[in-house]
Amino acid sequence: MKFSEQWLRDWVSPQLATQALADQITMAGLEVDAIERVAGEFSDVVIAEVVAKSQHPDADKLSLCQVDDGSGEPVQVVCGAPNVAPGQKVPFARVGAVLPGDFTIKRAKLRGVESSGMICSASELGLEEEASAGILVLPDSAPVGDDLRLWLGLDDSTIEVDLTPNRGDCLSVQGMAREVGVLNRLPLEGPELAPVAPTHEQRFAIEVADPERCPRYLGRVITGVDVTAETPLWMVERLRRSGVRSIDPVVDITNYVMLELGQPLHAFDLANLDSRIEVRLARPGEKLVLLDGQEIDLRDDTLVIADAKGALAMAGVMGGEHSGVSAETRDIFLESAFFSQLAVAGQARSYGLHTDASHRFERGVDPQLAVKAAERATQLLLEIVGGEAGPVVEVASVAHLPAERHVALRAERLEQALSKRLESAEVVEILERLGMCVEVQVDGWLAKVPSWRFDIEIEEDLIEELARIHGYNRLPVRRPAARLGLRADHEVRQPLARLRRQLVARGYQEAISYSFVAPELQQTLHPEARSPRLANPISSDMAVMRYSLFPGLIKALQHNLNRQQGRVRLFETGLVFRGELDELEQIPMVGALICGSREPEGWAGGRDKVDFYDLKGDLESLIALGGEADAWRFEPAEHSALHPGQTARVLYRGDAVGWIGTLHPAVRGRLGLKVDALLFEVRQEALSSGVLPAFVPLSRYPEVRRDLALLVDEDLPLQALLDCLREQAGEWLTELKLFDVYHGQGVPEGRKSLALGLTWQHPSRTLNDDEINQLVDAIVTESQARHGAELRG
Amino acid sequence: MDHLPTLVAEARQAIAAADDIAALDDVRVRYLGKKGDVTALLKGLGKLPADERPAAGERINEAKQLLGSELEARRLALQQAALNARLAAERLDVTLPGRGQESGGLHPVTRTLERIEGLFTRIGFDVAVGPEIEDDYHNFEALNIPAHHPARGMADTFYFDASRLLRTHTSPVQVRTMKAEQPPIRVVCPGRVYRSDSDLTHTPMFHQVEGLLVDEGISFADLKGTIEDFLHAFFERDDLSVRFRPSYFPFTEPSAEVDIQCVMCGGEGCRVCSHSGWLEVMGCGMVHPAVFQHSGIDSERYTGFAFGMGAERLAMLRYGVNDLRLFFDNDLRFLRQFG
Repeated sequence: MKFSEQWLRDWVSPQLATQALADQITMAGLEVDAIERVAGEFSDVVIAEVVAKSQHPDADKLSLCQVDDGSGEPVQVVCGAPNVAPGQKVPFARVGAVLPGDFTIKRAKLRGVESSGMICSASELGLEEEASAGILVLPDSAPVGDDLRLWLGLDDSTIEVDLTPNRGDCLSVQGMAREVGVLNRLPLEGPELAPVAPTHEQRFAIEVADPERCPRYLGRVITGVDVTAETPLWMVERLRRSGVRSIDPVVDITNYVMLELGQPLHAFDLANLDSRIEVRLARPGEKLVLLDGQEIDLRDDTLVIADAKGALAMAGVMGGEHSGVSAETRDIFLESAFFSQLAVAGQARSYGLHTDASHRFERGVDPQLAVKAAERATQLLLEIVGGEAGPVVEVASVAHLPAERHVALRAERLEQALSKRLESAEVVEILERLGMCVEVQVDGWLAKVPSWRFDIEIEEDLIEELARIHGYNRLPVRRPAARLGLRADHEVRQPLARLRRQLVARGYQEAISYSFVAPELQQTLHPEARSPRLANPISSDMAVMRYSLFPGLIKALQHNLNRQQGRVRLFETGLVFRGELDELEQIPMVGALICGSREPEGWAGGRDKVDFYDLKGDLESLIALGGEADAWRFEPAEHSALHPGQTARVLYRGDAVGWIGTLHPAVRGRLGLKVDALLFEVRQEALSSGVLPAFVPLSRYPEVRRDLALLVDEDLPLQALLDCLREQAGEWLTELKLFDVYHGQGVPEGRKSLALGLTWQHPSRTLNDDEINQLVDAIVTESQARHGAELRG
Repeated sequence: MDHLPTLVAEARQAIAAADDIAALDDVRVRYLGKKGDVTALLKGLGKLPADERPAAGERINEAKQLLGSELEARRLALQQAALNARLAAERLDVTLPGRGQESGGLHPVTRTLERIEGLFTRIGFDVAVGPEIEDDYHNFEALNIPAHHPARGMADTFYFDASRLLRTHTSPVQVRTMKAEQPPIRVVCPGRVYRSDSDLTHTPMFHQVEGLLVDEGISFADLKGTIEDFLHAFFERDDLSVRFRPSYFPFTEPSAEVDIQCVMCGGEGCRVCSHSGWLEVMGCGMVHPAVFQHSGIDSERYTGFAFGMGAERLAMLRYGVNDLRLFFDNDLRFLRQFG
């Protein structure tokens, strides 16, 4: 909501400078977004008349003008504007004038001809943002020689208020003035609003078929208007300062009254109306061409203004092209109605529209305002476009008009809510200034709410009003008291923060990427993925919900590779979205990606590229936090995005909880990545699980260690061998370590040598060689039988 | 016997000349060893007349002791020198960087969220999270924002279908918490939220922390106190001015926007605060009775307050980040600054 400070001050004018006034409004909950001067800073610009115009002798596009600036002597100026003409009243910057941008007007020669001053355009005076097409032509009534600033009242500001949706009552100068009046304890002085007596009896029939949506509809026929009349400059200026462009005098007047009082109005060309006005829901298949030229298919929940032939306008939203006022219009039918919020709410939006009228009706327009606004508009119409007003025809359904509201406020509740006791006198005074009628009761107050305050329905609404006007910052401050109760704390759960810190300690930076990703990227990584698709994505590359953390991590990798960051270690935590909406899972995940050298570039080497085992080590370090490493398995598996020979499905207690692997070279190629990258993604729930440490007494007896080198087939997974060894090694095995993997001399092609260290220790005695030898024999025999393992000499 | 002084002088010279432990040992053997020259003198005492023997023995023993202690001193000196030489040889450039991984870092948004969570959990709040794909009921209806309410226009919503959407705030988590628990409730809800808006100052996804406290006798004063304390603690500035400005949220009443004195210019007015000296940092208010009703909490018995803030905004102010969009580019050069 934009309005002119001067206009507001016509209604109520507190002794406050502009900024102080704006601050006051802001602190009352009507946030001032911007204050702008309505014109640039300039001086010594006067109203002048162009007395004569001739062609510049040396320039086609320049003319030579004689102007009368009221100084007595005609002044010669060279002017480049195409629209300058004798007889015009124009803004004239005299020699010595300073225009916006600190531009001083000097006597000058233009192509050899003397020029003493400048005829100004609107933009040169800072009245318009975009460059004007020509000079500003003032009305004939403008007094020659007068200072333009004073005459146009340009020492004014436009105040823009960002109103919250509950304060539809402030969407007018009157509404803002009411609020300023309350804050400053000042009465309002609006314009004189006497009803305009009808001078003829012509009426136009009105039928309201849906009184619930349209509890009040007023119409008035005004005959013999001249739409070619000019809108007076003062009105054009007030509209401009409110951010509204002047269109024609009838539209300008309806807009003006809406800005002034808050009542949207509409004027129809009576000649285009057939038989009667009908206020009804749209019929199936009904169409309407709106004022802006677009044709829409009306839905049957849309209230329309129609005549006998069909829809003319979307009620409370926008008029139709066909029935609108044009330069040829002679007679108009003026509409001033109260449409309920129910009728308008959501309608404009559902058609992709948003208008000043719908904005107001959605928030609630004072149901008592229609008559006053119709009279005000009539008064202005007669003044500006002439004509004769007929009687006001009103169709109202009292049963459907908003009921008078009475809201009770308990003194005890008020005091409890604010931790402060407001004196009854202050309570009554504030509420009355807000337009309420207050009845003092035994335990509080009963307030009758004014018709324009749709937002006051319950006790808390009154408490808010009192707190707001009294001043939030005058209310007490305290700290809440609470009982000191301990909360359950699950020691075995690893909080997400701990998982994050573990990865940070291992050199990862945390990434946060958008939860919606490009469908193509997701498709490339997970051709089988099903995840919800947005109905209204902000762009096509943010259209589907991520099925995994991989798309975001890969996008981050690309971003960094493109910026010469070759060593990337990133992790992300967050939800992934799996399945269609009806069986959707939103799963918290932890994912990571590495690429580039194993260690940061440095003097100590470490320039090898990272591989699968680097990433696996990092994942194992997360797993280790839960103290339950034995519950985890990595099994060879295939994943659409990953290298078939370098991929593992990650299992926790037998459930598949994630993936780890090298990005598939073919996928990499499709993504245009030139380097290898490794990724994992594991359910956070599994990583957060763990077990309590369970103490085992320390043995006082010596350990026995045996190292075995076993030759096995190249493709035998270590895990299978370890499982076999553990099974055979008996209950005193305390440690089983792989300490070497060897290929080369002495190892036949297709085989590998695995060197394993086994440690035994008995809790209560010394183990003897014989029993260990037996165990080793059993291990060797069984691993040979099961996996073809041979003991290397 | 007469050559004892000469012998001692010779031996002392040899001790001084020995420049390593082995040479010194040779000297010891030559003079004090079993077949050493001084030892030989002692052995020769028997050849002297008996009355001369004690005096001569004494002289020899003195010489032996003297040489012994000089040998020991020399040995210590040589050992010390050897150690010094070794230490000198082993000198490192301690200014070379250490070996292995560099530490990574948390995202500044996480850092901020954790800080906010920490401040509240330390005074007894729990942390709650919820789904990001929400339904209309939890995101709007239950928060007193019925269909077609103009407040729906306050946040442009991403929809999947008529009833399912990406949450526009973390307030649905409050609703879920209130439905699941009876007061007293003290909870903060951090998380991602989504609005269909993208320009210099908006990203279609950002992070919020909502807080909720419901108990008997909670008033607007408790809200003011909690928010003021929080802002002072967050910015580590006890003198930071905080003001409460009336505003409107459908789910709270009275509602307020909270402004702090601009942390960039100290309230003098700058580009960041649009020359107003104030920065809007969060919204808050007393829980609306309609929200309690939806959640099955008796609004006559209980009152409460709720607040919500944007993590990116607070992170920008705290760390001086001037471009919102940097948060989601995941540029390492940006991320490393918060390690």
